[in-house]
Amino acid sequence: MTMPFYVAPEQVMKDRAEYAQKGIARGRSLVATTYDGGVLFVADNPSRSLHKISEIYDRIAFAGVGKYNEFDQLRVSGVRHADTKGFTFSREDVDARSLANLYAQYLGQVFTHEMKPLEVEILVAELGTATRPTQLFHIAYEGTITDEDHVAVLGGETAAIVEALEASWREDWGLADALRASVAALAGPDRTLGPGDLEVAVLAEGNGRRAFRRLADDELDALLG
Amino acid sequence: MNLPRFAPEDDPGPDFAALLLRRSPGPVQAVPTGPATGVDVRHGTTVVALRFADGVVMAGDRRATEGHSIAHRTMEKVFPADRYSAVAIAGAAGPAVEMVRLFQTQLEHYEKVEGVVLSLEGKANQLSQMVRSHFPMALQGLAVVPLFAGYDLQRGTGRIFNYDVTGGHYEETEHSATGSGGRDARTTIKLGYRPGLARDEAVELAIQALYEAADEDSATGGPDLVRGIYPLVATVTADGFTPVPEDEVATRFASLIERRRAEGRQP
Repeated sequence: MTMPFYVAPEQVMKDRAEYAQKGIARGRSLVATTYDGGVLFVADNPSRSLHKISEIYDRIAFAGVGKYNEFDQLRVSGVRHADTKGFTFSREDVDARSLANLYAQYLGQVFTHEMKPLEVEILVAELGTATRPTQLFHIAYEGTITDEDHVAVLGGETAAIVEALEASWREDWGLADALRASVAALAGPDRTLGPGDLEVAVLAEGNGRRAFRRLADDELDALLG
Repeated sequence: MNLPRFAPEDDPGPDFAALLLRRSPGPVQAVPTGPATGVDVRHGTTVVALRFADGVVMAGDRRATEGHSIAHRTMEKVFPADRYSAVAIAGAAGPAVEMVRLFQTQLEHYEKVEGVVLSLEGKANQLSQMVRSHFPMALQGLAVVPLFAGYDLQRGTGRIFNYDVTGGHYEETEHSATGSGGRDARTTIKLGYRPGLARDEAVELAIQALYEAADEDSATGGPDLVRGIYPLVATVTADGFTPVPEDEVATRFASLIERRRAEGRQP
């Protein structure tokens, strides 16, 4: 009979965290920021069909970076949770906070109990109403949940992006300004990103009941001008 | 409520009804047992749909009845199913409204999970399955018979689907009506219909049809001039589902009555 080796729990956690961080850092980053019309999401994503940003419910959106199949599964779970909740109770009872908590619980559970942690970092954003504020919940691979005030950056190397975006952020800036600053922050000093490299969506008033809307290439062209 | 997660072999996919069943095991709705009372599909209501040049018009009266008394005067029977389609209902109010809610959620759920919108034909089929699964209730006398219409973005035209109580659906090329006043409404539309009607003509025809149906059928509510309650009318075109403003509906009913008075006949 073979004896299992003893590994200190600190070491296990450290290894898992390293593993997840490495996986996330391999992918490209994503930013979300509030602007005068709602919330803007910009992802460095050349694919037109494998989305990183998507709709969860009337005023709730989801964004994820890392391993596509893992965060996409989380997205579908979120849609299922929201639609079931809205159908059972009422549409206004569906909120980002409870969904973000469920995600955090699940990610935390997988991180501590499973062999392999999820290599994802996700964002749940809700467009505010007269009675509810706009909220950005940033959830890390091990289940840590942060309630971001106005800017959230997801990905591996985010410090420079956060710094650039925080420096230019203004509470009352419009969509074009917010978009240009987000793209510049994502690109960094050495690259330029065109409409073809970007996936952009907004949660905004004026789209009817469902606030989520993707921005098409021609619209991006006009805004980035 | 926890985060719904399923093993790959048990995953409900984009099917919201299947998801609900997995989330709350057991029958969603208990089917009453006992001898079948026979199906009476002529439940009190009139809903109509007709095609015009840019899409379809759909309209429905507002009355709900319980036997011979009026149960509700402001019932809504025409709903947006999603951005490019509408559904109208005739039959037992409770299950009918619930079916519409499930249908609306299903269409949106599919769109979000799959990332693409169902085709119009696909939506019509989905509704068929819902009516079919409701058939045991229909045998107990609680039939639901919807009418579905929408704008087919691929073909660039309005389309209408008629249903029967077993869930069968049949496409109508011109117009359709259902409910206890459906027959009178259909006759009225038939007399005034031609392909390629303009939007205003089609709305006018739908209004006339409802007026005649309410005149002949006690379970169909006409324009309630005293309370200011009017039938609901909506169009579905390339611009999506658009309700016809209540003022416009009121004006059209008023001028219909006025015209008939001027001609010297009973309104």
